Amino acid sequence: MNIYVLLKRTFDTEEKIEIENGEIIDDGAEFIINPYDEYAVEEAIQIRDEHGGEVSVVTVGDEEAEKQLRTALAMGADQAYLIEDEDIENGDEYSTQELLKAFFAEKEYDLILGGNVAVDGGSGQIGPRLADQLDIVHVTSAVDITLEGNEAKVERDVEGDQEIISVSLPALITAQQGLNEPRYPSLPGIMKAKKKPLETLDLDDLDVDEEDAEGKTKTVERFLPPEKQAGRILEGEVEGQVQELVRLLKTDAKVL
Amino acid sequence: MSKKWIVVGEIRDGEFRHVSFEAIAAVKSIDSNNEVVGVLLGENISDFDKTMFAYGADRVLKVEHPDLQQYTPDAYSQALMQVIESEEPEGVLMGHTSIGRDLLPKVASKCGTGLVSDFVSVEVVGEETIFTRPIYSGKAFEKKAITDGKIFATLRPNNISALEKDESRDGDVSTLDVNIKDLRTTIKEVVKNTTSGVDLSEAKTIVSGGRGLKSAENFQLLDDLAEVLGAAVGASRGACDAEYCDYALQIGQTGKVVTPDLYIAVGLSGAIQHVAGMSNSKVIVAINKDPEAEIFKIADYGIVGDLFEVIPILTEALRQELVQS
Repeated sequence: MNIYVLLKRTFDTEEKIEIENGEIIDDGAEFIINPYDEYAVEEAIQIRDEHGGEVSVVTVGDEEAEKQLRTALAMGADQAYLIEDEDIENGDEYSTQELLKAFFAEKEYDLILGGNVAVDGGSGQIGPRLADQLDIVHVTSAVDITLEGNEAKVERDVEGDQEIISVSLPALITAQQGLNEPRYPSLPGIMKAKKKPLETLDLDDLDVDEEDAEGKTKTVERFLPPEKQAGRILEGEVEGQVQELVRLLKTDAKVL
Repeated sequence: MSKKWIVVGEIRDGEFRHVSFEAIAAVKSIDSNNEVVGVLLGENISDFDKTMFAYGADRVLKVEHPDLQQYTPDAYSQALMQVIESEEPEGVLMGHTSIGRDLLPKVASKCGTGLVSDFVSVEVVGEETIFTRPIYSGKAFEKKAITDGKIFATLRPNNISALEKDESRDGDVSTLDVNIKDLRTTIKEVVKNTTSGVDLSEAKTIVSGGRGLKSAENFQLLDDLAEVLGAAVGASRGACDAEYCDYALQIGQTGKVVTPDLYIAVGLSGAIQHVAGMSNSKVIVAINKDPEAEIFKIADYGIVGDLFEVIPILTEALRQELVQS
């Protein structure tokens, strides 16, 4: 079983976001594997351990992302690929789709896993886009995956409802929270990860022309939301506070 | 100049998703002369077209096919592609719902174009249609335009007001026959979540609990309050990790991002990753016994007190208030 996992390096969810000259400042910020991709890495390792095969992790980004790939290798993935996208103008989901399509053109795969969404850009487009380009079936938002022969039985979260579906491999499946509990890399795992293969690829390696992967969107502006003013702490006995709250919600805020 | 836009109407459990109407309003806000073609995909659509007219659609296109009874990416993308080829719209909008998130990236890929996911507002600057969307789960925002090809975008529920419903409005209804083949997804079973009738992402009011609830049994206190308010119940990561409730309820940077009119945060501290998922709510109420809790910094109204004392009294007070009115 050849399993590939798409992962993205993202800001730690505890980080505050600051903007200067329209760009997000990342000096000194902590970076992590996108939490949803981490579920995908864990699932891939579990599937491999049960059914055999190899787990390859793939990211599109800059050289800094090597650290997150090494973390995935330390968790137990077998090899890693870093696709550098720095040369692409207005890089967006379309660009990533084109790079990954070129990457997978050369590969054999039974299962591609990824996160349902990344906690930075938050668009969640890459899974369905890539599956479409590779002409394989996709399933988003999986909370349970069971493989039986060439079939994957997937339980997916549909806004609180659960849909149980089956698809034939090869398939691309994206992970929702609740799929599993990702492991922490062990010390021996970290030591081993240093020696596992990590290949860096650029546009030339993938035979992709810069212009063909240029984004189809552009970002005009980035800004922070207005700082929320602290409101009123109500005073007095509990009964009085509650009465006052109900009155405020009704007459001031008009939300009742 | 008026342009033709497609709005994909979404029906769930026999009811329209309100965000479909909000998407119609979004197209009209780009240019009030724009023509909105409401597209309904299903097996048996009956008279849902009338509701789309009442909310501002100019025309409705019904696409009926047995394979469209339930959503699958293959069937819906094939049908929508045939609609796009026959209508040649300027753009395609739908809600940033479970279906919108799954379907439009696939269709945008087929059309070789960009997609703006999860937008909360739209404006026209010069010739360009500019969408604003949250990034980092609402810790920041970006404005995006599609530079090439058709415009695809999904709208986050609860951010653009639907047009006033006007049942006297009418328009042309047409149908399109579509070919659907090679379906690769088999739906075995759908398990409906019976615990809460109100969907978190579209809820106007949310009651949300944290570790302060202390147990799964206590968490049910929130159900009573939610029921009185007609609200959905949410939770912090801490409450989910402690197994007081299901992960489906989690609000935050991991979990759902919500923007209700009223958000009542009960016994949760306001960790940055939770706040990212709810800080753009219109009115925030915080109830927490710790006066230093971060949640009070973003709350409009705060009660410092023991939630086990406050919540039953609040539930009762709201019951009286809402029954009277």
